[in-house]
Amino acid sequence: MSALAAELWVPFTYGYMLKAMWVSALVGGVCAFLSAYLMLKGWSLMGDALGHSIVPGVAAAYLIGAPFAVGAFFAGILASLAMNFVKQKSRLREDAVIGLVFTALFALGVLMASIWPTSVNIQTIVLGNILAIADEDVVQVAIIAAVSLAIMAFLWKDLMVTFFDESHARSIGLDTTFLRIVFFTVLSACTVAALQTVGACLVIAMVVTPGATAYLLTDRFGWLVVISIALGTVTSFVGAYISYFLDGATGGVIVSLQTLLFLAAFWLAPRHGVLAARRRRRLTLGGAAP
Amino acid sequence: MNVAAEPRLAPDALGASILLRDLSVTYPNGVTAVRDASFALDPGTICALVGVNGSGKSTIFKAIMGFVKPSAGEVRLCGLPVDAALKKNIVAYVPQSEDIDWNFPVLVEQVVMMGRYGHMNFLRMPSRADRYKVDQALERVGMNDWRKRQIGELSGGQKKRVFLARSLAQEGRIILLDEPFTGIDVKTEAAIIGLLRELRAAGHLMLVSTHNLGSVPDFCDHVVLLNRTVLAAGPTAEVFTRANLERAFGGVLRDFRLGGRHLHDDDDARSLTVLTDDERPLVFYGGKTQPREDEP
Ligand SMILES: Nc1ncnc2c1ncn2[C@@H]1O[C@H](COP(=O)(O)OP(=O)(O)O)[C@@H](O)[C@H]1O
Ligand SMILES: [Mg+2]
Repeated sequence: MSALAAELWVPFTYGYMLKAMWVSALVGGVCAFLSAYLMLKGWSLMGDALGHSIVPGVAAAYLIGAPFAVGAFFAGILASLAMNFVKQKSRLREDAVIGLVFTALFALGVLMASIWPTSVNIQTIVLGNILAIADEDVVQVAIIAAVSLAIMAFLWKDLMVTFFDESHARSIGLDTTFLRIVFFTVLSACTVAALQTVGACLVIAMVVTPGATAYLLTDRFGWLVVISIALGTVTSFVGAYISYFLDGATGGVIVSLQTLLFLAAFWLAPRHGVLAARRRRRLTLGGAAP
Repeated sequence: MNVAAEPRLAPDALGASILLRDLSVTYPNGVTAVRDASFALDPGTICALVGVNGSGKSTIFKAIMGFVKPSAGEVRLCGLPVDAALKKNIVAYVPQSEDIDWNFPVLVEQVVMMGRYGHMNFLRMPSRADRYKVDQALERVGMNDWRKRQIGELSGGQKKRVFLARSLAQEGRIILLDEPFTGIDVKTEAAIIGLLRELRAAGHLMLVSTHNLGSVPDFCDHVVLLNRTVLAAGPTAEVFTRANLERAFGGVLRDFRLGGRHLHDDDDARSLTVLTDDERPLVFYGGKTQPREDEP
């Protein structure tokens, strides 16, 4: 084995790196699954909202000594319920409701962390720290991701119909309220998982970018999901791997990779890319002027 | 099994019916959109739901689909409460165009296949019979050549036909159409009306909300006139009268009346009245509507 190959193989020889890579890949994959739906419904900011809303839950969990995923999860659910409630009881538009709820909860979280200084390392929550993830956290994250993937694999078509045309979903006997609750519960859970890998600030990229990239590459929802999951899984795995050589900042590397792929699709996508549109326009013009 | 050889059902075998009894709907913000609405519809009927904007047409549809819970009264579909009826795939719904995200990444044939979901197992894996019924439905609305297109690439009339194909594939006994004639050309309108007549002959019950007053007497055998409550309901000939329409539309309608000598120079004393809310006008000649020649 050449020296270079040996050097590149190093991350695979460390237990903590292996763990970081497969946990990231798992979380990246399931977040990407969700991104296919969020992006289409114009709910992309929901991921950001949940990521920030979770902070008070984490602070509270540290205060009472509960596992931090539990606090985060309940805060996420609380945020989803609050958003639904405000939306139903007022005529405010979705973006205003999301903005209101998530800043309120984030402020509460910052307040709690400053009034009761604890061992919460706000920086860990905000930026994530997969390379130093503890074993019990790995178990939490793996369970969340596996259960979420299983639920989505069973319900993906029902959720697609619900989000595409809710009246039709009802007419074929689907319980759309239940499906929405399931979706937002899974989303909250996955946001918690993603906190550990990329942190609160970059969660939004995990639940938006892969779906947005795939959207430029296909007109079929099934393929959109497949491409999105593939992008999320591979970028997260490779991102964690590369971060070994860059010394940390896993979240930054993963999201940068996802953004690079998005830009490539944005320009080069066969039908919906900028260059393809330009080529089409040139062809039409060329056809018109002999 | 040869699906094509399925026997055609006699009209009454479908037993489609809609019953609204003293239905009131109040939205969470306190607006009562519909109060004490009652009407009953039988199999093999096309019923028009007619009223100004805001008269509660969409609200009635939402109540039939169980989106809003009645604050009083009830809805029964084929004798069943709404939730039970929806579980049995009894109702198909053709949405208003504004309610659909046309950028959604689905192809025409996939939208029509969604009509079959209620007949599939919980993984929604299409069988050969499902594919066959999708083909049939696409063929029937003349959209087979467009089946691989993303839905946003279609014209307004084609979009409507795709969703109609979905309701055909669904084989719902009751079909609800919310403003199906808005923004489509006359040719598509005629095609859709033709299809609705075929479905009526097969025993389906259709409830169609429309502004298109002119074509109502053409193809609807029942009319429900709505303005926050049911003003009149019954056979078109009895209900779709000038007096009733004026009650339903008040000052909103444009009303041109030409009579006596303005119209013709003979003993015919009937006057010509044109009522329109800016779509297809409704013409009364001597107080009667004029059905088109193609009416069977
Ligand atoms: N979601 C809602 N919340 C509050 N009020 C509503 C809602 N939907 C409709 N309305 C009100 O109910 C009335 C009837 O509306 P609708 O059923 O949509 O009428 P139409 O379909 O005949 O135009 C209107 O005054 C409308 O403002
Ligand atoms: Mg309406």
